[in-house]
Amino acid sequence: MKTFKGRVIAGGNWEGEAVVSHGGFNTLATFQKSAMANKKEVIAADQNNKDIFGLNITGKALCLPITIGSTTGGLVIQTVSSMGINPKCFLFSEHIDSLAASGIVLARVWENSDVIAVDMLGEEFLNTVRTGDIVKVEEDGTVTIL
Amino acid sequence: MEYKMQLTDAQRAILEGSEGEVKAKVLETLVRFGEIFGAEKLVPVTHKEGHLVTSFGIGLLKPLFRTMDELIGAGLKAEGGFTVDPRPIDYENVRCNPLFKLIFSKIMYSKQADYERQLSKVGLSDADAFSCTCYLKEMGNRPGKGDVLSWAESSAVVFANSVLGARCNRNSGMLDLFGSIVGYVPYFGLLTDEGRKATWKVYVNTSVKPEAQILGSAIGMKVMEEVPYVYGLNKWLGEELNDENEAYLKNFGAATASNGAVGLYHIDKLTPEARESGEALITPDAKTYVIDDEELERVYKSYPVMWKEGAKAKLVFIGCPHLSYNELTLWAENIVEAVGRQGRKKVAVRTVLTASPAVVKRFESENAELKEKLYLTGARISSICPLMYTNNPLTKLQAIATNSNKLRTYSAARYYKDEEILKILSGEVQ
Repeated sequence: MKTFKGRVIAGGNWEGEAVVSHGGFNTLATFQKSAMANKKEVIAADQNNKDIFGLNITGKALCLPITIGSTTGGLVIQTVSSMGINPKCFLFSEHIDSLAASGIVLARVWENSDVIAVDMLGEEFLNTVRTGDIVKVEEDGTVTIL
Repeated sequence: MEYKMQLTDAQRAILEGSEGEVKAKVLETLVRFGEIFGAEKLVPVTHKEGHLVTSFGIGLLKPLFRTMDELIGAGLKAEGGFTVDPRPIDYENVRCNPLFKLIFSKIMYSKQADYERQLSKVGLSDADAFSCTCYLKEMGNRPGKGDVLSWAESSAVVFANSVLGARCNRNSGMLDLFGSIVGYVPYFGLLTDEGRKATWKVYVNTSVKPEAQILGSAIGMKVMEEVPYVYGLNKWLGEELNDENEAYLKNFGAATASNGAVGLYHIDKLTPEARESGEALITPDAKTYVIDDEELERVYKSYPVMWKEGAKAKLVFIGCPHLSYNELTLWAENIVEAVGRQGRKKVAVRTVLTASPAVVKRFESENAELKEKLYLTGARISSICPLMYTNNPLTKLQAIATNSNKLRTYSAARYYKDEEILKILSGEVQ
């Protein structure tokens, strides 16, 4: 069991399974295929991201450094949140980027989404957590790998 | 609700609903977004015409259409108007087979007409306002030095910040419109003097003028979201901004922004802030990156080829970002000449040049004869967005060649240098 403390972007208490992207997470490339097909779950579709390609990321704790790619990224996070197929938590090792931050805020303000986001968890967090681990996220930004 | 940001009484009143629930949500979004980055206040948008990144009515973005309806229902619009990225479809100049048309019109961009009606209601400047190069003189959405903007579209933001000396953060779609509606944006990052300081010194030591798109790519991949101060380019570009240099920096900047996440660069002795403040713009602990011929070639050779093995180019896209007037003219001349030199009447590979509607109109008006010669080769001019065209999953089956590093990054298109592209489309090489 290992605990990390980050900054709360959108708070909440939750416990569940982690999926880990060690490289930049391309929001549009990952979500587009499942969202376009109106799927009930997102199967990560970014072929350049070998860590998560083909994995179901809906309802999981997505652990990542930052998001990358198209400036539609914020809108895409808002969209999947409105469809209820978003990762439950976004756990950033670095300072959240402007596109992901837009998406989290748009989801909270315009979709009443309960998506959780914590940033600045540190490089060690991303080096420690593994896909399939169970993580516990607390309201104050504490993240524990159980 | 409590906010850390220092807000004026008028801003607090809006947040409390004095101008309606929807405008309160618009401002709340900007305030919450700014607070994530430590913004202590909102500042007025001084260049009132906005620029939006989301030009496409892609069925996926249902919340976008719903939010637009909320804005329209509340009577909100961008009072200064806005330009927007290029349209995704142009069947007249970028022909599509029936299957492509079906996918584009009925599945991918099924909401295009509805969405364009929404854009008009919230402030679209005019029906020809669709281009990623809104800042070109022909398009007219050109801010001045020091202007604060509410724009998105990474290539436009980096150009406005670097070449024009305006101030704009790398915004996401939707927040670009929100800032234009309320007339304020959060003050942080590239809006501040501190955020505009260079944390990288880049030395360009090449033996010939570097290809803008590869140089930008190399720098973008190295510095990611940081600010580079670039030495040595004045040897090739001179020390005065002109149309030719601006076109070079347009292509260079688009590559820095898409291969990395650069929102601002300074070119020693050339761009406005570098001319004004020089090395005072560089932080004491700035890192160093040296680029020579070998390094550029290493970067060029590192690009993955996504085509099927043995595939040959079926389509060439030139103009991402959209071409300037001088670029369009030069490409048209070069294509006509290269095709003729090969003893051909037609291009060997279907070729599309892309430019803004205003640039295309100027070209048609001032170069009617050249346009006719170009069209006789089979090449076409369009104001489409090549990226939106290649967004169609079927295009992965096509071998698309391009001289755009941005298009390469976001699609399965293969990057070639300008000279190579000319040889491919003229049939000199396959």
